[in-house]
Order: sequence, then structure tokens, then C-alpha cells
Amino acid sequence: MSNSTNELTSRRAFLSGAAMAAVGSVAAIACNSNKHPFTPEDESVVPSGEKVKLLSVNGDVIEVDKAFLKPVPDMPPISNDEARVGIAGKKFVMVIDLSRCKNLKKCQSACNHMHHIQDGQNWIKVYAMGEEAEHTAPYWQPTTCMHCDVPPCVKVCPVDATFKRQDGVVLIDSDRCIGCRFCMAACPYSTRVFNWSEPVLTEDVASTHYNCETSVPQKKGTVGKCDFCADMTRKGELPHCVSACPNGVFFFGDINEDSVSNGAETFRFSELIRDKAGYRLLEDLGTHPNVYYLPPVNRNFPFEVGKENDKG
Amino acid sequence: MENELTVTEEQKIIADLLPRPFGRAGKIWVAALSVVCLLGVFAYYRQLRYGLQVTAMRDYVSWGLYISNFVFFVAISLVGSLITAILRIANVTWSTPLTRIAEMIAIAAIMFAAMIIVIDMGRPERLLNVFAHGRIQSPIIWDVVVITTYFFVSLLLLYLPLLPDIQILRAHQVAAVKPFQKLYKFMGAFWKKTPEQHRISSKAISILCITIIPVAFCIHTVTSWLFATTFRPGWDSTNFGAYFISGAFLAGSGAVVVAMFVVRKAYQLDKYITDVHFDKMGRILVLLALLYLYFNVNEYLVPAFKMKEGEGAHLNQLFRGDWALKFWTTILVSMVIPIVMLVFKKGRKPLPMFIAGLMVVAGAWFKRYIIVVPSMLHPFLPMHDVPASYKYYFPSWEEWAIAGGSLAGALLVITLLVRIFPVIPIRETIDEMKTD
Ligand code: SF4
Ligand code: SF4
Repeated sequence: MSNSTNELTSRRAFLSGAAMAAVGSVAAIACNSNKHPFTPEDESVVPSGEKVKLLSVNGDVIEVDKAFLKPVPDMPPISNDEARVGIAGKKFVMVIDLSRCKNLKKCQSACNHMHHIQDGQNWIKVYAMGEEAEHTAPYWQPTTCMHCDVPPCVKVCPVDATFKRQDGVVLIDSDRCIGCRFCMAACPYSTRVFNWSEPVLTEDVASTHYNCETSVPQKKGTVGKCDFCADMTRKGELPHCVSACPNGVFFFGDINEDSVSNGAETFRFSELIRDKAGYRLLEDLGTHPNVYYLPPVNRNFPFEVGKENDKG
Repeated sequence: MENELTVTEEQKIIADLLPRPFGRAGKIWVAALSVVCLLGVFAYYRQLRYGLQVTAMRDYVSWGLYISNFVFFVAISLVGSLITAILRIANVTWSTPLTRIAEMIAIAAIMFAAMIIVIDMGRPERLLNVFAHGRIQSPIIWDVVVITTYFFVSLLLLYLPLLPDIQILRAHQVAAVKPFQKLYKFMGAFWKKTPEQHRISSKAISILCITIIPVAFCIHTVTSWLFATTFRPGWDSTNFGAYFISGAFLAGSGAVVVAMFVVRKAYQLDKYITDVHFDKMGRILVLLALLYLYFNVNEYLVPAFKMKEGEGAHLNQLFRGDWALKFWTTILVSMVIPIVMLVFKKGRKPLPMFIAGLMVVAGAWFKRYIIVVPSMLHPFLPMHDVPASYKYYFPSWEEWAIAGGSLAGALLVITLLVRIFPVIPIRETIDEMKTD
């Protein structure tokens, strides 16, 4: 398994997103001139002497002077219409390995931080499962929006404020939502939260232009939920919960490419699900979630060690 | 058969049935209702200002008192179609004195049903999105369509039979109707009493009577589907449409009985709303209560027999948990006791009928609450990672004030309609007395 893992790692463009983007921009310069690709166009740039290692397009590791790297400008804000369509050719999927979860809730705090979620609300909830049953082993179960393929929340929304994109992500347009909360009643996974009052946000966050891919800023009287960090995936990066988890519980990827990664390891999605007997929550409801679970066998941590983090 | 009424007899009926100015009690009643309404308006102002935060609803119980109240209003409004349309089509003539009050109740209830839905919205100012971006796949859109249709059909069913009476009102310039002459003129100026107009009007009424029945069934079925289309223990039921309709007929008839009693007392209409009417309504009430009881058994027995995981938690709470007292009281008060009372002839006298009617209406209101709230408290995945206050629900004072205000508002609308228009159709009554 680890062999194939390494091979895949080198192929995975969106893993090393930031670095690749940097090389990309340098390479783009190279295409326009016949000079050595790493000679700056602007002669005034003085080499700093500090080298950084990069992965070239050929797969070789090369060293480039830091001064020659150009900062990649942030992605231009995408329009509402683009956000509604999604990223062509992608079909995002998440795998959650229950055997690795220790209820650290790093995923939760990263998510809450990045999306400026209000106090008392969580898009990711870590459930203590199987505690009541007599002869079963308890385990921790992180839960996000399942980005259902047949999403009941989308079906019931009267104004198309919550919608499903071609890449499988279910988003909410807070500029359109009328706050009827029908979607909350309809979602069997209880993953939606409501902004009961004006969200408490810092000045600069509150004044950012609303984008339904970032879900920021949240708006009073509308619904919010996990958005699979659609803005990050558009940049080719992993969602915040995935990168925040020190135990590598979350894997994220593209079903069309058949690969998922937690940043450190990458797996072939179909093999992972087959070999580890992946399953989905409340499958019988016919919602066809895009979040898969790997059963909590051979757990890395005993259940008790996560208990102190449980907020009930 | 034709026995002409003398002019004086006719005048007597008209004098009896003309609207009357408020007496002392009437004024107090209107003032009290207005105060409750204003309190509701103030609470709503607070809600607009601070957001739905002022309610006790939170992420799990995201529908509460408002939605129960909405379902209650929709249920009550159904009575218009029962009394006016179904009984009319069944060729029942004794219901004539009840038709107008039933329509008034229907209109008032449906108005406030629509209003309470808007009040429940987090973003009421975006209401137009429903029309700009409405998607027909959502049961809310179905509800918008049927509620609007039902409102207009009901309005016409109130208006058309009123036209001959407006003539009478305009002809009698007594003090009671003086202030409204302009309104009457506006409403009925075109009514010339020609046979042609009569023909068109009665034809229109028959058509409306037939159309309103399916529309009425739709409005309450669709309202039940708002719940049944979701994945929730307690709502995931194929019985819901029928269960809601039967409950609505019961609730609405209860409301009519209460209104009959009050109007009869206030206007001394014993001659027109007689004990016979109470007796007949009593029989209908028993029948409807039995029907509703039957659907209740269906609704609870089948899942209770299987006790599937999600349903089990829900039903245990209802049958012997926190909700047991409310649940069983409601079943007793809204169905069992009225049935027992009203099967006996003595029970179908006006006063016991009034009490039974009140019980039915109050029980119906609580029943809606019990349908809405406990299901929200029992999601598939346990409630987790939320503050403790999210796990319970008891409406805040703002919610009570708004819900109370909407109930008072509906009563106020009914009161004003009764004040302005004859509560018993005058022309029809005269015509019927002629043919009797
Ligand atoms: S998990 Fe809930 S909110 Fe997410 S897509 Fe499915 S139904 Fe919608
Ligand atoms: S609350 Fe907003 S997103 Fe949810 S169903 Fe209503 S309009 Fe749609």
C-alpha cells in the first residue's frame, strides 16, 4: 500500500498546491522567453542567495533562488454564476477514517475559525457513538455536511438558495436564502445551522464581499453549513478540516481521479473503500452522501482519551 | 308551498339581522384584542431588530410555536369549505345561517396563516424571492400556490352571497350601518338585482363551491407534506394528509360551534341559530372527532408497534416521557371527552356544545404543537456539540406575544366582519322562510 501511496503523491497536483502554483507562475514566464526559465525577466532582481526546493514539471526536484519566485496573486473573486456551476470535471469526495479519531476537535476549531462560525455552532460535529449499546465498542464520529447526491435540503428549498453543483458540492447562497429553515428540517444529518442573530464578526470580515464558496461573511437570518471549502478546492488545496487534523482522519479528493489524500498520505479511493469496507451514514434514506466512513477497527486511540474534549 | 312573508315580517328579519354597533362588552372585547395585537406587533418589531434570536428556536428545534400556529390556522380555515361547500352540495339547507360565519372564520384564519409564515422567516424582506426564484419542486411553493388560491376562492365565496345583503344594507340607512355606506357602495354598486345577475351569481357560487373542496383538501394536505416530505421521526408518515384533513375539519367545526354560540348570545339570534343547529353540529362534531381519533390510532399505533430506533425515541417521549402529560391531555380534550359529551342528546344543547367546541379548538392548537416540536427534538443523529439551551424548547415571550397577537388578530378580523356585514345571510334567510 505504501508504495502506491508514494507514486500517487508525486502525481497529486492539488496536494502541493501552493508550491505548484509558484512553479507554475515561473514556468509561465519561461514559456514567453527563450531565456533560462529561472532567469528573472526583470534584470533588477538580485539573487538573495536563499534557495528553495521545488518540484519541476518533469518531476525533478530543483533549487531556485527565492528572489526569483513571484508571489501568486490570490484567485480573482469568482462570480456568483460560476460559484453555482462548480468546477468542471471534478466530483469531490471525503473519506473519514473512524479508527484514527481521538476527538481532538482540531477539525472543528479550524473550520470554525476559517468560516467565522458563531459561538455555539459547529459545522463539524464529533459524535460519541455506540456508548449506550451494551456490547458494542464506542468510537468518535466526525460529521460534516454529506454533500448528498440526492440532497433533501436542495429538494425542499423554495428559492434555490441551497443548490448542488456539478462537482458534487452542495452550497448555500446567503444572499438569496429567505430563512424558512425548511432545509434544516429536511436534512437527516442535522448539519445545518442558522444565524439567529446578526453574526458577531470583525470589521474586515464583515465587510468582505460575500461569496457562497467561502460562506463568508455569514448573514443574519440565513442558513450555514459545511461547504467542503469550495474556495480551497478551487485553488487546488485541501479543506481546512483535512489539513488541521493531526491524526489524518480526513481524506479529501476527487472521485473522477479516484484518489483521496489527507495531505500526508494518498490513496486510491476505490481501493481504500473496498479494502477497508467503507460505508456511508443513513444509507437507507437514499440521500447518496459523498462522505464515506471507514469503520473504527484497530483504533489508534482508546475511546476514553478523547473524552475530555467532548462538549456533549 | 309559497307562503309569502308579509312586509312587516320581512322587515322584522332584516331588523334582527342587520349588523349592530358594539355594546359595552363588544367595546371591551375589541379593545382587549387590540392590546394583544399591539403587543404582538411590538414583539415582532423586536424580532425584526434583533433577529430570530429573540425566539427560543435554535438549530435543532428550528420550527416551533409559529409553525404550529400556522398549521392551526390552516386547519381552522378549512371549515369554510366544509360548511359552505360540502353541506351545500349535499343539499343541506339547515346550514344556511352558519355559512357566512364559517366563511368569515376561514378568511381570517387563512390571512393570519399566510402572515405567520412570513413572520417565521429569517429574511422576510426577501419574500419576493419566492416569486422571482421559486422552484416548483419545493412543498413551500405548493403551499404558496394553494393558500393564495384558497384565499381568493374563500373571498369570493364570502363576497358573492353578500351582494344581495349589501343591497339591503344600503336600503336601510339606520345608524348601525351608516358609517359603512361608502364601503357597501364600493362593494355592491354594480349589483342591480337583475335576474341575469342572479343567475350568474348563483352559478358562480355553485362553481366556487365545487372548486373549493379540492383546493381545501390540497391546502391542508400540502401543509401536512411540509412535514411528511422531510426525514424526521414522527413526520415520516403516509397517513399525514388524511390525518391533517380530518383534524382540520374537527378543529374548524369546533370553531364554528364556538362562534355560533357567541354570536347568538351577543346578537340575541336564538330564532335563527336554534338548538336544532347546535344539535346538528354536535352530530357532525362527534363524527369528525371519531374520524380524527381513527387517524390518530393509525398515526401512532403502527410505528409504536415496530418501535424503529428513531421513532422509538420519539414515541417513548410522547407516550410516557416528557410529553406524555401534554400528549394524553390533548387526545382526551380534543377527541375523547367531546365524543363522550356529544353522543348524548343533552350534550348537544348550546352551552355544553360551546364548552365542547372550546375544548376541540384548544386541543387542536396543542395537537399542532405536539406534532411540530417533539419531532424536531428527536433527530436521527443525537443532539451534540451545541449549547444546552439548544436541546430544549419552550417559546420565549416574544413568540407567545406574536402567536397570541395573531390569534387575537384573527378574532379581531372576524369581529369586524361581523360588525360590518350581516353574520347571517339576510336575503337567503328571507327566501328560505318564504319557501318553507
Ligand atoms: S447532509 Fe444535509 S445539508 Fe448536507 S447535502 Fe445532505 S441533506 Fe443537505
Ligand atoms: S432556509 Fe434558506 S436555504 Fe434553507 S430552504 Fe429556506 S431558503 Fe432554502
